[in-house]
Amino acid sequence: MTTIPRTAPRNDRERTMRAAWMIGLGLLLLILPRLIYPVLALDILAWGLFAVAFDLLFGFSGLLSFGHAAFWGSSAYFTAYLLASGQSVPVAMLGGTLSALVLAVPIAYLSVRSAGIYFSMITLAFAQMVYFVALQWTDVTGGENGLQGFERPSLFGLDFSNSTTRYYFCLAVFAVGFYIAYRTVRSPFGQAQQAVRDNEQRAQSIGYNPVRFKFTAFMISAGLAGLAGSMYTFGHGVVSLDVTKWTTSGEVVMMTLLGGTATLFGPAVGAGLVLLLRDQLTTSSLPVGIVTGLVFVVVVLFFRAGVVGTVQGWLRRR
Amino acid sequence: MNTQLLLIQVFNGLVNGAFYALLSLGLAVIFGMLRIVNFMHGALYMLGAFTAFALGQAFGLGFWPALILAPLIVGALGMLLERTLLSRLYGLEPSYNLLLTFGLTLLTQDLVKQVMLSQFAVSSAPYTTPDILTGVVNLGSVVFPKYRLFVIALTLVICLVTWFVIEKTRVGAIIRASTENPSVTRSFGIDVSKWVTGVFGVGVGLAGLAGVLAAPIYSVEPYMGAELIITTFAVVVIGGLGSILGSVVTGFAVGVLAAVGAAIYPPIANTLVFVLMAIVLLVRPSGLFGLPEGTR
Repeated sequence: MTTIPRTAPRNDRERTMRAAWMIGLGLLLLILPRLIYPVLALDILAWGLFAVAFDLLFGFSGLLSFGHAAFWGSSAYFTAYLLASGQSVPVAMLGGTLSALVLAVPIAYLSVRSAGIYFSMITLAFAQMVYFVALQWTDVTGGENGLQGFERPSLFGLDFSNSTTRYYFCLAVFAVGFYIAYRTVRSPFGQAQQAVRDNEQRAQSIGYNPVRFKFTAFMISAGLAGLAGSMYTFGHGVVSLDVTKWTTSGEVVMMTLLGGTATLFGPAVGAGLVLLLRDQLTTSSLPVGIVTGLVFVVVVLFFRAGVVGTVQGWLRRR
Repeated sequence: MNTQLLLIQVFNGLVNGAFYALLSLGLAVIFGMLRIVNFMHGALYMLGAFTAFALGQAFGLGFWPALILAPLIVGALGMLLERTLLSRLYGLEPSYNLLLTFGLTLLTQDLVKQVMLSQFAVSSAPYTTPDILTGVVNLGSVVFPKYRLFVIALTLVICLVTWFVIEKTRVGAIIRASTENPSVTRSFGIDVSKWVTGVFGVGVGLAGLAGVLAAPIYSVEPYMGAELIITTFAVVVIGGLGSILGSVVTGFAVGVLAAVGAAIYPPIANTLVFVLMAIVLLVRPSGLFGLPEGTR
């Protein structure tokens, strides 16, 4: 994967650039609910974190998971279940995240032993298992109808029936999630993870255990995807069967690629762009699938570094 | 459960298995030869069914001409896609092929949906069984629809022919050589890229054929391939990615197992194949008939 830019800053200028990105995007996120309606803004946060989580595995470990909807979806359901049983919002979110982590243990164990396209297929198939469980277990998941009408109890005087309040609460959660991803990538663990990605044999020969690194990366990724899924449920107040569908797994791949893999900010930017595009399309006469499919094809063919990757590369060359 | 019911389930399973086998055979040929994971296979299957329907609506063509024409049209479209789009990704990670074909799937499904709504004023369409194949056959203890038996038989023949061509003929030898060592093969004066395009065309043609065969059984609609392709991927993983024998045997076996399993405990029908896949992966990570991975 030669087209993907490295993340390690080579000099101070790159460090400055990184800080500029962070401040710029941070400010944008702070005023976002003023620019677009808050529910959409919250969607961008949730999908953005989901894409960042996915990219921890794809961009930084070279593992293309085509089944990340399993973690996003299971957490979405579990969060809804906890909220419905009267738990507070943080407990429900943590519970959802935990459910994704628990689910990830066997899936990660079975799939990280495979590489390349095998890994993609296996994760996809596991996600389908989760999908069918969600479809069949109607007592718990509501089957085709999904779940709705659960409580979102107020917390510390925050009234969660207000969508702007929900947004800012989720912004804090997003910041925590993003920080975890950032720390992971910038840590010695993250460096080793990228070493395994770039040359597994070499990494192994200097004493790293590739499988263990992939497993850990998978767990962190699944946990963050779960956190994002719980955010999504909390934001919408409904869970539909779509959260576990394979198209959801595909969408997060698309967002990540569009924004730029292994750029850390890229996936979140990509999520924002896809959701805004879709929002525009729903009010226009253009069919969503044709346009998003076309965007996807163009990105894969000509634009593999994504928006952020391209801009970074362009700034670096100047 | 009595024997008669079980036997019916086995036959139904064989019919579903025939579609899994035909689709995963195409995937196996394409992956085994070109290292392309064709996510679009389900959409091309749908295009096969849709083309058969459209040919009937527009030109009054019946099932038999469609059975020949639709796979050819789909195969030609596949070759065009390979030449113009997929060939740009050779040399990159195979993941990019998966991603490109995923994008094309979204595009194709919606495109067909728009065409069906605007041209035929339907979003799903029935397709009638040809006269000669209507009715049932008495198989001793059970009666079974003629058409479904025809699907099983034709699929077996196609699988056998494909296996024979690739394993036993000169054409197969050239194809295998082209994919195992393109540069040496080229030095023998063989135009490798033409063969690659041809193989891709045949692979997706098989998906088109499966689509035409499916049209009279399932309704023709833009998303008919979407769920099927995921199950087919599981079949491919169980059988061993790229293994022709593996895809055919596993295809039929999974079909029967799922049908029998569903008769015993209905909710498990769709999940069984993925449970099976998990078990196989634990025991044999490269699939039942697959070569150990890591070779590519």
